[in-house]
Amino acid sequence: MLSKCVVDCPELCLAYLTSFPSPSVWQDQAEQLFKSGHTNNWAVLVCTSRFWFNYRHVANTLSVYRSVKRLGIPDSHIVLMLADDMACNPRNPKPATVFSHKNMELNVYGDDVEVDYRSYEVTVENFLRVLTGRVPPSAPRSKRLLSDDRSNVLIYMTGHGGNGFLKFQDSEEITNVELADAFEQMWQKRRYHEMLFIIDTCQGASMYERFYSPNVMALASSQVGEDSLSHQPDLAIGVHLMDRYTFYVLEFLEEIHPASQANMNDLFQVCPKSLCVSTPGHRTDLFQRNPQNVLITDFFGSVRKVELTTETVSLKPDLSSMGYSHLKCHEDEELAEPLSYAAQLPVAQIIHQKPKPKEWHPPGGFILGLWALILMVFFKTYGIKHMKYVF
Amino acid sequence: MAMAAPLVLHLLLALLLGLGGQSRAEPERDSLREELVLTPLPSGDVSATFQFRTRWDSELQREGVSHYRLFPKVLGQLISKYSVQELHLSLTQGFWRTRFWGQPFLQAPAGAELWVWFQNSVADVDKSWKELSNILSGIFCASLNFIDSTNTVTPTASFKPLGLANGTNHHFLRYAVLPREVVCTENLTPWKKLLPCSSKAGLSVLLKAERLFHTSYHSQAVHIRPVCRDAHCVSVSWELRQTLTVVFDAYTTGQGKKDWSLFRMFSRTITEACPLASQSYVYVDISRNGQENESLEVSPPPTSTYQAVILGDRKTYAVYDLLNLATFSGSRSLNLQLKWRQLQDIGSQLVPFLHAQRYVSGYGLQKGELSTVLHNTHPYRAFPVLLLETVPWYLRLYVHTLAITTKGKENKPSYIHYQPAQDRLRPHLLEMLIQLPANSVTKVSIQFERALLKWTEYTPDPNHGFYVSPSVLSALVPNLVGAKPANWEESPLFSTMFPTSDSSSYFVRLYTEPLLVNLPTPDFSMPYNVICLTCTVVAVCYGSFYNLLTRTFHLEEPKRSRLVRWLANIIRRIRGVPPV
Repeated sequence: MLSKCVVDCPELCLAYLTSFPSPSVWQDQAEQLFKSGHTNNWAVLVCTSRFWFNYRHVANTLSVYRSVKRLGIPDSHIVLMLADDMACNPRNPKPATVFSHKNMELNVYGDDVEVDYRSYEVTVENFLRVLTGRVPPSAPRSKRLLSDDRSNVLIYMTGHGGNGFLKFQDSEEITNVELADAFEQMWQKRRYHEMLFIIDTCQGASMYERFYSPNVMALASSQVGEDSLSHQPDLAIGVHLMDRYTFYVLEFLEEIHPASQANMNDLFQVCPKSLCVSTPGHRTDLFQRNPQNVLITDFFGSVRKVELTTETVSLKPDLSSMGYSHLKCHEDEELAEPLSYAAQLPVAQIIHQKPKPKEWHPPGGFILGLWALILMVFFKTYGIKHMKYVF
Repeated sequence: MAMAAPLVLHLLLALLLGLGGQSRAEPERDSLREELVLTPLPSGDVSATFQFRTRWDSELQREGVSHYRLFPKVLGQLISKYSVQELHLSLTQGFWRTRFWGQPFLQAPAGAELWVWFQNSVADVDKSWKELSNILSGIFCASLNFIDSTNTVTPTASFKPLGLANGTNHHFLRYAVLPREVVCTENLTPWKKLLPCSSKAGLSVLLKAERLFHTSYHSQAVHIRPVCRDAHCVSVSWELRQTLTVVFDAYTTGQGKKDWSLFRMFSRTITEACPLASQSYVYVDISRNGQENESLEVSPPPTSTYQAVILGDRKTYAVYDLLNLATFSGSRSLNLQLKWRQLQDIGSQLVPFLHAQRYVSGYGLQKGELSTVLHNTHPYRAFPVLLLETVPWYLRLYVHTLAITTKGKENKPSYIHYQPAQDRLRPHLLEMLIQLPANSVTKVSIQFERALLKWTEYTPDPNHGFYVSPSVLSALVPNLVGAKPANWEESPLFSTMFPTSDSSSYFVRLYTEPLLVNLPTPDFSMPYNVICLTCTVVAVCYGSFYNLLTRTFHLEEPKRSRLVRWLANIIRRIRGVPPV
């Protein structure tokens, strides 16, 4: 029972264990819980391609979304940006599904998906605003990246790219310099503790060449000068379903569970040249810790803290409001008059509706200037003596 | 002594529970009703309408509410923060074919539609409207943040409040449609999470995205309005209705067979009613069964039937009460089946009294004509229709070409309101009250010219075209059979969508198709082409001039080594050419 407990919820188990033993053991175990130094996890998953033939990019992003949700990050901590709708696209023979394996084995779209930025909202401006936190004040909570200096942020981008740029929706691009500067702004505003950046595009390694902020680890699906290739088409759907790199990453992540001890070195090994045709690359020089000590769940999973307490909490009944509401009821019935529903199409009232009197504004600008000109010309031609007839 | 202590403890506990029980004796102030209506349509398809209605007996503006039970907290906070009197939001995929399917209970236009009545106390309606649409876009994962002044209008006669109202100053009404909006599982997920039973129990277990989106028409909506608490109507309750209408196509999902069952449609069956619901019903429309022949057989046999005048016609429904255990009759699941005994005649259905179409005509990328065709198929009654058209600013309407013709003659509207567009600020708004004579076809047409947009205003896929939002028709259609106004608490939910005051006609709101218009699209690769061409020309011209002006020529002896010169001389002597 105890071993099962450890596998399923190590934090809960830890709390259970810590209720009994000696202080030094408790201290060691508490430290182990906070070894990595982060207290919450965020994920920003971006698909930048539009049109039906880019189905595979949406499937890539959704498969990472699915893994990240399965390993514990809740929807409120995931910002998902999909540039086009594939699941309910009229060309999709199986609506509300996005498959990642041929023969329709795995539906990565699922039944419980929340897309935060979709269709025309996925632009370079919105992406950079999300990263740097400069969203307009009316933006709802689900569209903001509310990370702090103890958050581990996972950023995954996929689409069409080239040497030093990534194309957004066939109409604009983001360059590696802009991306590096955005990350530096995030570092200066302390919006991340550690960051993992994964990119699956052609010549993806060019996108992380310019990073200069600390605590950033990056992975790419291909080196400069190489193309990332897609995995397999499905003849029923008619398009390629996934890209090779993300396909093998998904296969690797499907074996990870929340208590897994797999580390980043395993992720670097994921797609060798024989399977991927391109050479995946990674960059760890900006990262403080040794990749061997970084768990996969530090970025893909979520830290959940559970505290057990043996104190009792008593809930007092709300006696004050109970008495008050009775009083109010009587008041209402005495004062109010019966209300009624409005007529839906009051023909007579509409026909005789007076047009709303428009508010009178004093004439300004052009009209005033025009009248002044007319008056000046008049008095110039006919002489100033006519002025007395005006006043 | 040891025995007395637990005894005292027990006494104390009993006392506490007693006190607690007294405060719990107050009745719950919110209630849930859920229902599903299955209607076989004349064309062989089946339409299923889910309605979940939560009624909350509380005045949100007066009390500081902090305890939410069935009414979702996120919507309750919206109402109190933005002083909303009524809110109607719908997300729709597909189009309801009124001509073939009959009148709908509640139609919604393709895309996203949001209309809100604000309370009289709101000072800046436009600011509240903008913030409200942003918040709703976060709640429902839809791009409602694209609602701004270029697609918002203030109708002057349509969209009267559906709930209680003590004055209808249209200054507090805002209406916007986003025809380009896509509806998919990400919109259904938050909608389902607002239901008290979520998707775990009751009728909402049938709501599976893979089946719901494989349909010809899918519309989900949220309606919030104040209603009468009781027959005296002195106090106000808030009503939240969540409706979902789907039409399953006989040919794509039914594979041509006309027999339907719940399992076939939703790939699930109902196992229990929602425990939080006070009423939970399934209605099946069996009006097609005449006295002599039973063309439609429903199994398992219903516990009761319900007859009423719905949408002007007398209809009969088979009723299944899910809170009554006899409905499940021991099998723990309810799989309703509809079987057709004899093939029905497509030609013998009743065409609905009012239906409309809209289309764009013309050729080229400069001009065009928008036409709306309204059909009144009633044999002897004429009725008025209020037509609301919203046209985006980049289609410049020529109002002097507005022509309304019926049976070849001009038909002058009794009320017309036109608000012209302002470029990049406001769309066109045209509202007309047209009298449709009996058994006639009325055509409303207006010509327009397409404007050029700035190159940054085009969407990333401009060759798809630009959408024109559907026209809205509000009409009081005459009843076939006289009806008396229904008591809202006792009648099923599908009959109380619109408040009726008149027994001779019923109110219906129809929408036409959205239109897709191509605007002249520039070649977006031109900036790159221009830069290349200009740079080439500059390089060639300027470069040549620069070289001519600054290049000087010197004579230079080619220096060759003696060995090479000796070899070259030998070869030249062999050839007979003079030596170097």
